[in-house]
Amino acid sequence: MRKTFPIGLVLLLTIALILGCARKEEEVEATLRVGLVFDVGGRGDKSFNDSAYRGLEKAKEDLGIYYEYIEPGEGSDRESGLRMLAYQNFDLIFGIGFMFSDDITHIAREFPEKKFACVDYTVQPGREIPSNLAALKFREEEGSYLVGALAGLLTKTNKLGFVGGMDIPLIHRFESGYKAGVRRANPKATILVGYAGVTGEAFKNPAKGKEIALSQYGQGVDIVYHASGSTGLGVFEAAREKKVLAIGVDSDQYHEAPGYILTSMVKRVNNSVYNTIKDTIAGQFKGGVHIFGLKEDGVGYVYDENNRDLIPDEVRKKVEELKAQIIAGEIEVPRE
Amino acid sequence: MIKREKLLEIFTPLLAVIAAFLVGGIFILIIGQNPIFIYGKLFSGTLGNPYGIAQVLFKATPLIFTGLAVAFAFRAGLFNIGCEGQLYIGSFLAAYLGFTLVGLPGFLLIPLCILGGMVGGALWAGIPGILKAKRGAHEVITTIMMNFIALALTNYLIVRYFHMPETVHTQSIALVARIPRLSTIFPKFSGSPLNYSFFLALLACFIVYYILWKTSLGYELRAVGLSPSASEYGGINIPKSVILTMAISGALAGLVGVNYVMGYKYYFEQGFAGGVGFMGIAVALLGRNTPIGVILAALLFGLLSFGGLIINAYVPKELVEILQAIVIIFVIASSKPFRDYIMKLKKKTLAQGIAGTSKE
Repeated sequence: MRKTFPIGLVLLLTIALILGCARKEEEVEATLRVGLVFDVGGRGDKSFNDSAYRGLEKAKEDLGIYYEYIEPGEGSDRESGLRMLAYQNFDLIFGIGFMFSDDITHIAREFPEKKFACVDYTVQPGREIPSNLAALKFREEEGSYLVGALAGLLTKTNKLGFVGGMDIPLIHRFESGYKAGVRRANPKATILVGYAGVTGEAFKNPAKGKEIALSQYGQGVDIVYHASGSTGLGVFEAAREKKVLAIGVDSDQYHEAPGYILTSMVKRVNNSVYNTIKDTIAGQFKGGVHIFGLKEDGVGYVYDENNRDLIPDEVRKKVEELKAQIIAGEIEVPRE
Repeated sequence: MIKREKLLEIFTPLLAVIAAFLVGGIFILIIGQNPIFIYGKLFSGTLGNPYGIAQVLFKATPLIFTGLAVAFAFRAGLFNIGCEGQLYIGSFLAAYLGFTLVGLPGFLLIPLCILGGMVGGALWAGIPGILKAKRGAHEVITTIMMNFIALALTNYLIVRYFHMPETVHTQSIALVARIPRLSTIFPKFSGSPLNYSFFLALLACFIVYYILWKTSLGYELRAVGLSPSASEYGGINIPKSVILTMAISGALAGLVGVNYVMGYKYYFEQGFAGGVGFMGIAVALLGRNTPIGVILAALLFGLLSFGGLIINAYVPKELVEILQAIVIIFVIASSKPFRDYIMKLKKKTLAQGIAGTSKE
């Protein structure tokens, strides 16, 4: 036994070597070479990052691009990842998440011949956005307002919950939009708020999400909205256990807990990624801020055959009215 | 004989690392990639060009600080699991001084910020030290709890008071408080945030070595580490030594902020460390709690960390984490089997030699 193990190892590695020599490094013919660095949550969060990934996949199928991506670990990996892609022959490089704002601004200046795009870019006074950097910003508060109104109209206990990921201004925006929506639709309703943590880990902690949601459901809440990356998977787990409803975020999350997802506040990161790639191929890449709100169909809520039975027509009509009012500028949704 | 022991001490971790890479290769095969191609990418990307080397050194810098912090405490018989919290408090203090004392000249502000980092870490580690010395509270539990408090406290301070709009970081520290990057003298390193903190880390290793093995204070601390009751009998003030050990250990952890806040981002960002405080425990164990060993182990983990990013395009990130874990497990678990095996070989050749001579 002691002898066979090392011999087996050597054999395996020899086979690998032969395979490796046989396989040539493929030269990929592509319309555009796209690099992407994910946010802390990483791929497989079924939410924000996966939405960006879907945009990439769609662009590969429809437009014939070649892509590579990087999932960073600790803080300095974000810059290293962007830089690595910039050094290689990629034409367009994405940073997914507001944490990239500083790094991607610097790197875009360093590599003026390449194009960059950053989802949830933070615009800072006094900092000019380089012309080769597209800042893709969403009005999460508008979409959150609508799901808030929906929850406010449908609650039976007049108690609603919100589970946030990391306790930061970006997520506060989801919360404030949601609260405003609830208050508009149902002034009697109270809202319980919980956050999963204070570091990036808070976006990938389903156990914590479940714990917070269970405590909220336990206090009589019947619908919980989460904005917490893969932490939200725990919220769904709690909803399934208690046989109550939850609201998904970023992607349509119906399939994470079929029957228990009232709707999802979709933030169409995939569209923004896809469209930026498409524009770049067409030679129409534009730097600067791009805003995606209800008006631009950058955010919204899911209403389809899966959840139609959960949402009565008159409720749907009221929410649609609010949507029209926001688009027309008659309702100002608070951002903080 | 002593020499041979020393040699074993060096070679066992090395063999373990090689074995870990072989086992990691199997995992790479399982997910359908070619280990030789992946490892080739890993090593050419990290050691094959100046930028890669600089990145490895940059990644190793905080690990040297935290590894050293853990090793130092361990030598004195204490387990400091709280480096993560200590480095957050230290880094925050360094950043705070850096952006409030803007009027000061650089030659004053830089030492002040570094000192701030050390003091912050020392205070945060000193609390468990005092609790241990006065109340007998186990430092493993108290330091872990202090981690949670530090993370929550810094986040609270950032989000409520000090953050720039729509970010989770503070404003930038004064220009004069910035530690220059090495790329200013070696242009080939350009792009890498490697900065003079790396030399500070090496200096810290030397100082720790000096304190522990060349001063009477170090002798006392090590004596406490080996046998508290015997050293107490020998007249050493145990409570004082416990508090002092924790404070020095925390001060070392607090220096991480120098690399990140003063040498890289120029601001404190919530969650920046991403677990280097905990990796410090592995670094110290791998480095056998010696300063030189800590440097080598930190370099290895720096290489794995940056190399992991390079091969991430081909294999999932989880694989790199598995590889790191395998390295740690192998090094820690294999020291005895490897040693026994080599000893057996030695005995065999020795026996053969004796047999040969007797035949003549």
